[in-house]
Amino acid sequence: MNKSIPKRPFMKEWHVTGFTVFLLLFIAVVLSAQATQVGQDFSMEQFADLWIKMANPDWSYLPRVLTPLAQTVQMAIVGTLIGGIAAIPFAFLAASNIVRNAFVRGIIRFVMNLIRSIPQMLLAALFVAVVGIGTLSGVLALAVFSFGMMFKLLYEAIETVDQGPIEAMRAAGGKRSQVIVFAVIPQVLNQYLSFFLYTLEINVRASAVLGYLGAGGIGLYLNTTLDTFRYDQTSVVILAILVVIVLVDALSNKLREALS
Amino acid sequence: MLDKKGNIELKDVSKVYPNGVVGLKDVNLTIGHGEFVMIVGLSGSGKSTLLRAINRLHDVTEGAILIDGQDITKASGDKLHKIRRSAAMIFQNYNLVKTSSVYRNVMSGRVGYYPAWQAAFGLFKKEDQEMAAANLARVNLLDKYYVKARDLSGGQQQRVGIARALMQEPSVILADEPVSGLDPKTTKVVMNDLKKLNEEDGMTIILNVHSIGLALKYASRIVGLKEGQIIYDKPIAEVDKRDFKEIYREAGDDHATATDEAEED
Ligand SMILES: Nc1ncnc2c1ncn2[C@@H]1O[C@H](COP(=O)(O)OP(=O)(O)OP(=O)(O)O)[C@@H](O)[C@H]1O
Ligand SMILES: [Mg+2]
Repeated sequence: MNKSIPKRPFMKEWHVTGFTVFLLLFIAVVLSAQATQVGQDFSMEQFADLWIKMANPDWSYLPRVLTPLAQTVQMAIVGTLIGGIAAIPFAFLAASNIVRNAFVRGIIRFVMNLIRSIPQMLLAALFVAVVGIGTLSGVLALAVFSFGMMFKLLYEAIETVDQGPIEAMRAAGGKRSQVIVFAVIPQVLNQYLSFFLYTLEINVRASAVLGYLGAGGIGLYLNTTLDTFRYDQTSVVILAILVVIVLVDALSNKLREALS
Repeated sequence: MLDKKGNIELKDVSKVYPNGVVGLKDVNLTIGHGEFVMIVGLSGSGKSTLLRAINRLHDVTEGAILIDGQDITKASGDKLHKIRRSAAMIFQNYNLVKTSSVYRNVMSGRVGYYPAWQAAFGLFKKEDQEMAAANLARVNLLDKYYVKARDLSGGQQQRVGIARALMQEPSVILADEPVSGLDPKTTKVVMNDLKKLNEEDGMTIILNVHSIGLALKYASRIVGLKEGQIIYDKPIAEVDKRDFKEIYREAGDDHATATDEAEED
């Protein structure tokens, strides 16, 4: 009996595939940097100036950013709520184990894919153009984004539930709504809440930047401090955003752990 | 039960699956109130197909299936729900909602008696809640009332499945290999529960099994299926152990092997 571990083939032993991919990627980055002329107008002094100023934050600026910071989090919560709740009926209509009609499902999925393909920042820019500058645009952009994201996560969760209880409810004479309430919702509820928190995390990050486009929240302050070269204030804004994001992530992770 | 409910009649039933596989072929079968019918046959002979057709978990291609005179193959909407309600199903995989409590699982068997949205918010009538407790007590699981279904053993889960079925106040119980995943001792408990329902409550029971021993011990009548057709149908008094050879014989088997396999159970 041969008791030694079998030898890995050459390709695996030296991670040939991995290295090749890495090398190709590296070359692609260098080439595309040259092609797009990244870093053409780069000035070392300006760069150093930015870092020096940012390293000495102007803490007196902190009280002024607290309100917009809170507003940012509120925008994220409201946007996620609107989108997350609106996604529920569509997710059920798109799930093949709930709706038999492939045509209905196909249409819904197609429209939702279209919605999801619009980048978040473009959404924000669109809403600013249509609704005007302010928090409403930000909330709407986040709502549409959450709608698309929660839809996809939820409908996939619905499609992969255990079919057994669904069958049992049908066999017991349950109507479709009862099958959903007793056999499907209990199976996806925790996942839904977890998706909600995850989307909220993403939205808090996004809404911090949205203000940059005029869609309300802390981003506006990022914009003004940068424009006035007050990098010492910029760093306060960035640090405040960071703290909030870390806090929201930690809280969300704790809750999601409790859910699973 | 004084009203003699729980009569099932299959008339010329055939089922061809969409992929062309023949599940059932010209099945004629009449089962009366209070019978305990065990259906035996090789894997793939159509036992599950038959049981699922009676409850219309899937449609048949031809024929009629009458449950107490009502044709389930042509019913729709409320009528279909009511017929299904009268024929409860017990599954090999229990089919409980694993993340829900035992109570909620049992209660869900009652939904057929409620309008679409009332039960949704857990607004069950008091007498129905008491009924759930009573049915759990019947299968000796009242102490598991608040426990999540996934925290129960297989045998306990199957008994919760029985309690859920009882919530339908059915006149027929359809059980598809209800004891296949269970050890001999638990099998006995579950089978005795079913026997009680048959003898004390007069429920008609149709049960798929792979065990000849169980069939001989519990059935009042044994029906044999082969390639979707009924090839055997006798009351237990006339059943001879050697009959199983024929039921379990596959094309290409010689007599000796078929006998060995049949006697192993
Ligand atoms: N959904 C399906 N689509 C196509 N063919 C199917 C489907 N379900 C079952 N069949 C086929 O129908 C035949 C009868 O299957 P069925 O499940 O009724 O057998 P069974 O007697 O219950 O077998 P087992 O003892 O293994 O449970 C088999 O040939 C099977 O492959
Ligand atoms: Mg089967």
